[in-house]
Amino acid sequence: MYGLGVIKGLGVTIKEFFISYKDDLAWVGKGGRYYHDDALLERQSLQGEGISTIFYPEEKLPIPERFRFVPFLVTDDPAPGQRWGHDWCTSCGICSKVCPPQCIWIERGKQPNGRPKPEPEKFFIDIDICMNCGLCAEFCPFDAIKMDHDFELASYDRTTAHIHDKERLSKPISYWRSIAPKKAAAEAAAREFAEEAKTRKKNKDADAEEDRIADAIARQLVYRGKLY
Amino acid sequence: MTEVTSTLPSDGSEQALFISPEEEALKSLRQKFPDALTDDNRDGYEGLIVAPESLLEVARVLSDDLGFNFLSSVTGVDLFDDNKLEAVYHIYSISNGGGAVVLKVQTDRDNPVVPSLTPIWPGAEFQEREAYDMIGIEFAGHPDLRRILTWDGFHGHPLRKDWKEPFFEDEDKPFGSRWPDGNVIRAEEKNVYGMNVQYPPGWVPTGDEYDVETDIYQGLTISREATPSMKTEKVTVNIGPQHPSTHGVFRMVVTLDGETILGLKPVMGYLHRNHEKIGERNTFIMNIPYTDRLDYLTSMSNNFAYVLAVEKLFDMEVTERAQWIRILMAELTRICNHLWAIGFLLNDLGALQTPMLYYYIERELILDFFEATAGSRMMCNFMRFGGVAYDLPDDLRGKNIYDWLDELVENRLPATLEEGNDLITGNEIVIARGVGVGYLSPEDAIAYSASGPLLRGSGVAYDIRRADPYSFYEHLDFDVAVRYNGDIFDRYLVRMDEIYQSIRILKQVIPYLRETQGGPVVPGKPQYALRAPRDGEAYGRVEAPKGELGFYVTAKRRDSNPSRYHVRAPSFINLTPLGKMSLRHKVADLVGILGSIDIVLGEVDR
Repeated sequence: MYGLGVIKGLGVTIKEFFISYKDDLAWVGKGGRYYHDDALLERQSLQGEGISTIFYPEEKLPIPERFRFVPFLVTDDPAPGQRWGHDWCTSCGICSKVCPPQCIWIERGKQPNGRPKPEPEKFFIDIDICMNCGLCAEFCPFDAIKMDHDFELASYDRTTAHIHDKERLSKPISYWRSIAPKKAAAEAAAREFAEEAKTRKKNKDADAEEDRIADAIARQLVYRGKLY
Repeated sequence: MTEVTSTLPSDGSEQALFISPEEEALKSLRQKFPDALTDDNRDGYEGLIVAPESLLEVARVLSDDLGFNFLSSVTGVDLFDDNKLEAVYHIYSISNGGGAVVLKVQTDRDNPVVPSLTPIWPGAEFQEREAYDMIGIEFAGHPDLRRILTWDGFHGHPLRKDWKEPFFEDEDKPFGSRWPDGNVIRAEEKNVYGMNVQYPPGWVPTGDEYDVETDIYQGLTISREATPSMKTEKVTVNIGPQHPSTHGVFRMVVTLDGETILGLKPVMGYLHRNHEKIGERNTFIMNIPYTDRLDYLTSMSNNFAYVLAVEKLFDMEVTERAQWIRILMAELTRICNHLWAIGFLLNDLGALQTPMLYYYIERELILDFFEATAGSRMMCNFMRFGGVAYDLPDDLRGKNIYDWLDELVENRLPATLEEGNDLITGNEIVIARGVGVGYLSPEDAIAYSASGPLLRGSGVAYDIRRADPYSFYEHLDFDVAVRYNGDIFDRYLVRMDEIYQSIRILKQVIPYLRETQGGPVVPGKPQYALRAPRDGEAYGRVEAPKGELGFYVTAKRRDSNPSRYHVRAPSFINLTPLGKMSLRHKVADLVGILGSIDIVLGEVDR
């Protein structure tokens, strides 16, 4: 019969219309379907039915650990009364060399005698240029630059607010642990392992074969092939 | 296969037994044109160098007699050191599959004239215009040789090695100013707005020296009387560049007789950023995130094609687990893209938003998976040379990742497709709008270098995953989706079929992923400072959701930047037959025809 396909299609839309209210009813007794973390999780899961939208900014999607936005610099946890601890960055320049749009500018620190100091004097990231690719964090050998989860960076004036300096970029390691706990733990383990391997290497009694294996495992860990 | 080769004598005679179609074609070409052809003897290069005057003849023999009838890619190359320009043609055989016959034509840099291949392959039209625009090769006999990506009146040819952009800082990245004493510079401070335009010396613009539109409109003038009884007049109308339903900033200059289309010329380049020039400044690894931005709906496939090309150049091995992850990502991307394409096609046909939004929900789920794995929903930057950047995450939304994937491909996606079938496939309005509209015959589809669902919707069963397998696709069981009517509706059906085939592939891939858990995803230590181990060229191509996506990369030994980096963009080349497909249709159908090609302007304009 001509028109059956149209009717069938309308059937689908009507079904969807009713389904969009089904969850509202199901969540009535549990405090409503919106502004509720458990409800949000269910809405976003594979079993979710009906309306899947969220009320941003009151509600926010859970952000996975690997989510990457404009990078930040890792420092030690600050001493009481201070905002940052010691920089992890050694100003080696790998991040600025690997950066595809070249948005990282680093001024290497200098000791009084003029020799380079493993610490950045200044560190700038132009976040208008940054393409959030994450290559800097991926190739930093010191875990000193990490991709942030803070994506709400809109401001009224791009000429003053969008070049982030070292002060704006620095965040303590505890912040990184809080946004990416698993990844931070894996990295810490890898660093520890690498350190151990290094000391074992210094110990001359150790078996060379064992050293090599330990070294290889450490590299594996550091370069997160298996872990994160 | 391994059993057969092991029984062969080991004196190299196995080569004599297995002659690939492209080898055979090269051999007969050499016999036929002993004077016009020379082998490309440069280190790491392949193919034949053809004398310009016999190019047409060689191409005709190749296409008509030897069966190499699909002109995949035309690339212009600036051989600055030899003071030469080169056009590179990659030509494939639709019926035999397999690798390419590569033809090259070299010409003088100061007076670069090469015969156009449009008489044999009308699909060369846009690609030759691109090579003319970017490199400056004049194609003699081309019907409409104008700039295509840059604007008319643009001075110079930007992909020549001696052309410098207004914000020029350095020849290659990384730029020296970034480290160790970085002083922040904004490009706009170095080149103040209004002062960043270069005019040819001695040229004072008055505004009336060149009417940029005249050429397009003249090309469309058709010597046909208006319908006498109706007293109608032909009108040239610009459709675009900014109708929301036209998928981006894309313009069609259309000549109309009433509502009927008599001629059409696409105008593109509004999003042009010279991706290829940026790519030649970049180091190899820096290009990966840039490829995300080509076709921003299918960034995983773009990554895939680029790393394949560079792995060919570097002779790199890929770990097993990485191969399976790549296929998983590529197929999920295909599903994503086709859901989007179908949703938008329906949008173009007047089913405003509803089916599109139903499909978006599924697409969002897949993007959630990309976000958890690669860190970004669309700009994935996921693949690396030799592998992928990260292993799969342990869980997603509190569920084990493999269970989540199982649930997705076993239950969730098939249910949605079933519902979509109810909503769309049998719908009389869709059938009335789609069947018989925008017809493209199989011969034309091949001649116009169409690829992907556009080609397969016209009855040509050519899928690179089958015809020229890459990665682990040869170990997987799937059918090449093909439909035979060559109209909008069949292109829709091909996309639906392909989603089903992708689900079939995914069902086979997930067990392999479970099996290889814990395996390395990159061989050895990931490197950022890669240098080409040899001189040479490589062309890597994949069956991207929109068609054949190819990357042509050449490099010099020990260089960290590609010396030529070319993208064979399926959206761009699939637009070549648009004028032909929309001929004699009504304006309302035009939007549907464009939607059925499925373009993304980020890739068209590059």
